[in-house]
Amino acid sequence: MNIWIEQQRALIDFTLASLARRKARNLGLLAVYTLLVFVLASVALFSHALRHEATRVLADAPEIVLQRLVAGRHDLIPPGYLEKIGNIRGVQKMEGRLWGYYYDPVIKANYTFMVPSAGGVERGTIVIGAALERVRGLALETGISFRAYSGKLYSFVVADILPHDSELVSADLVLMHEDDFRTFFEFPAGHYTDIALAVANPQEVRNIAAKLAAALPDSRPILREEMLRTYASIFAWREGIVLAILSGAILAFAILAWDKAAGLSAEEKREIGILKAIGWETGDVIRMKIWEGVLISLTAFLVGYVAAYLHVFRGGGVLFEPVLKGWAVLYPRFQLAPEIDGLAVATLFFFTVVPYTAAVLVPIWRAATTDPDAVMR
Amino acid sequence: MIELIEVRKAFNQGKHNEFWALDGINLCIEAHRVTALCGPSGSGKTTLLTLIGCLARPTSGRARFKGEDISGLPERFLTQLRRRSFGFVFQQFNLIRGLSAEENIMLPAAPSGLPQHVVRARAAMLLDRLRLAHRRTARVEWLSGGEQQRVAIARALINDPEVLIADEPTANLDTTLAREFLAILESFASEGRTVILSSHDPLVIQSAAVHRVINMRDGRIVANYHDA
Amino acid sequence: MNHRPARLVLPLLAVALAGFAMSFVDAALLRERHAVRIEASHALAKRLELTDIALFTEARYTRHPSQADLHAPFQDHPLALEHFPTGSLIAPPRHEYLDRTTARAD
Ligand SMILES: Nc1ncnc2c1ncn2[C@@H]1O[C@H](COP(=O)(O)OP(=O)(O)OP(=O)(O)O)[C@@H](O)[C@H]1O
Ligand SMILES: [Mg+2]
Repeated sequence: MNIWIEQQRALIDFTLASLARRKARNLGLLAVYTLLVFVLASVALFSHALRHEATRVLADAPEIVLQRLVAGRHDLIPPGYLEKIGNIRGVQKMEGRLWGYYYDPVIKANYTFMVPSAGGVERGTIVIGAALERVRGLALETGISFRAYSGKLYSFVVADILPHDSELVSADLVLMHEDDFRTFFEFPAGHYTDIALAVANPQEVRNIAAKLAAALPDSRPILREEMLRTYASIFAWREGIVLAILSGAILAFAILAWDKAAGLSAEEKREIGILKAIGWETGDVIRMKIWEGVLISLTAFLVGYVAAYLHVFRGGGVLFEPVLKGWAVLYPRFQLAPEIDGLAVATLFFFTVVPYTAAVLVPIWRAATTDPDAVMR
Repeated sequence: MIELIEVRKAFNQGKHNEFWALDGINLCIEAHRVTALCGPSGSGKTTLLTLIGCLARPTSGRARFKGEDISGLPERFLTQLRRRSFGFVFQQFNLIRGLSAEENIMLPAAPSGLPQHVVRARAAMLLDRLRLAHRRTARVEWLSGGEQQRVAIARALINDPEVLIADEPTANLDTTLAREFLAILESFASEGRTVILSSHDPLVIQSAAVHRVINMRDGRIVANYHDA
Repeated sequence: MNHRPARLVLPLLAVALAGFAMSFVDAALLRERHAVRIEASHALAKRLELTDIALFTEARYTRHPSQADLHAPFQDHPLALEHFPTGSLIAPPRHEYLDRTTARAD
């Protein structure tokens, strides 16, 4: 056992000493490799945690949301729809929802105006999301005016601010009283944006959705399952930007690693011959090279992963902000709960350590099996 | 100590360019002596050294080391034998560039699993003895020819081999350095090592340090002199 | 130069390994702290009947991706190009309803 450890230490010493000969090159390679792992791990950690968070937070979203379509576009629910739905068996609860978008030219941002069906907002007041508080510079008890699409100005007093902890779902919300909402948007009486439904038996959701579609042919039911599924695919591997960035990086690295690892120079071949002649076994040469591959790739993996962990869960994923924010003005501040997908980490480990080590080994294998007497000539 | 019986060595056997570099060598090399192989270029000296040093196997015939037949041993055992019992000083020195003198000297001990401090102490001792202690951490490519050769000798001795094999060791040295080298060889023999070298340098062959000269031509032994 | 590179590098590797292990411990501790926050967000989302997260506020159909449909980006013009970055982060929703109607048509 001791002998084995001493042996490995001696092999590691030699590997490191020979890597140190081309310090800049090998450190550069390590840096690029670490950066690549960092980006990959950041995306994996962030997207998994975000999916997990979205699924948890939206777990009790309405079971069915019924929209009406006119000429392929989302339209208002006219009076009478609620009654028709009432006749469908299995619908436990239904509510017309009132919500819509408002573009604020002052900060060039989109807000979501919404009437909480549970009420709780007085007339003339609003409850705002935290991003609004921050970006628009609002505080409790301050007033704000919005110019409606009709051109009239309406003033509201900020009665409450939604908790900062919930920014991820509420950053841009403006909650108001139903009367205010209808006046502001000149929303016709008896009309709703859409209808939220609860069903008695969750097993029946699909059947009821089918019945809804049959009873109201111009409507579109959206199941909770579909809402959750939308977020299950966020950042999924097929999605554009991430793939574009990563494929470029991976390709560049593959070329770099291949050049470094596979391009066995005449000098290296000679060195392997010398090692064999002075009493190294083929196995020793290969073990030495395995150490080289493992040391570089393991270091890159560990450092890249830990940096990614700190970035995503301690640094709020700041580097993703520009990507996720896009052209938006309002952006929630949030820290994700560190839900880590062990399988993804293991996959990342496997794909960073194994191919590189293999790329280092393959050419060595050929060189190491040549005859040791070659160096005598 | 080393016995060769009807040893033949072919290169590119069975191909159109088949070449018999050694053709029926019978030889017995005694322990604790300095033996020199000499002969014209291409006579097979280097090839014979590779067979003696277990770097290659004879095409036919037997080779014995301390009475044990080694011509049929698998590569693994040959490597172990080579590491434990033989030290090599190559004609081109074959040091590894970019590493220090000490690192080069310690290399053959890496697979042995000896504790680092033991190997390091031994390397220091050898460097001292070869008057190279002040160049311990210098990269080998900065060393002069003679210094490089002494590094190569120290490397050959790090595993404390019974047999030292040197191929044309004085080819790159001037007369003074060559004399110095022969003196070192003699001290090895007197401390109980066996030295086998090849050379066509008269200085070596006529030197009192060499106990036995074996003359070769076209892969055969033509004559050998014993003095002492 | 140090004489024993392994003596320097192996401890560094051990530190990195420890950091890796620590990240999981840290994650477990953080998760506990986040549990309360997530529960609060969940309660808020339930009370307000929210269907989406407020991550992409740049366009109507990205603010509530689950409520928009496949063709939302092209409503303004049939040849309009998707120019919001969000569009490259999330797939368009695939609503069962659309599948159902297509299935029924044949
Ligand atoms: N790998 C090989 N393939 C073919 N021929 C070889 C090979 N190695 C050596 N030879 C031939 O074997 C013969 C003996 O070579 P060897 O190197 O043993 O000669 P030498 O006595 O050491 O010569 P020198 O004094 O020039 O070093 C030479 O003619 C050489 O060309
Ligand atoms: Mg020769």
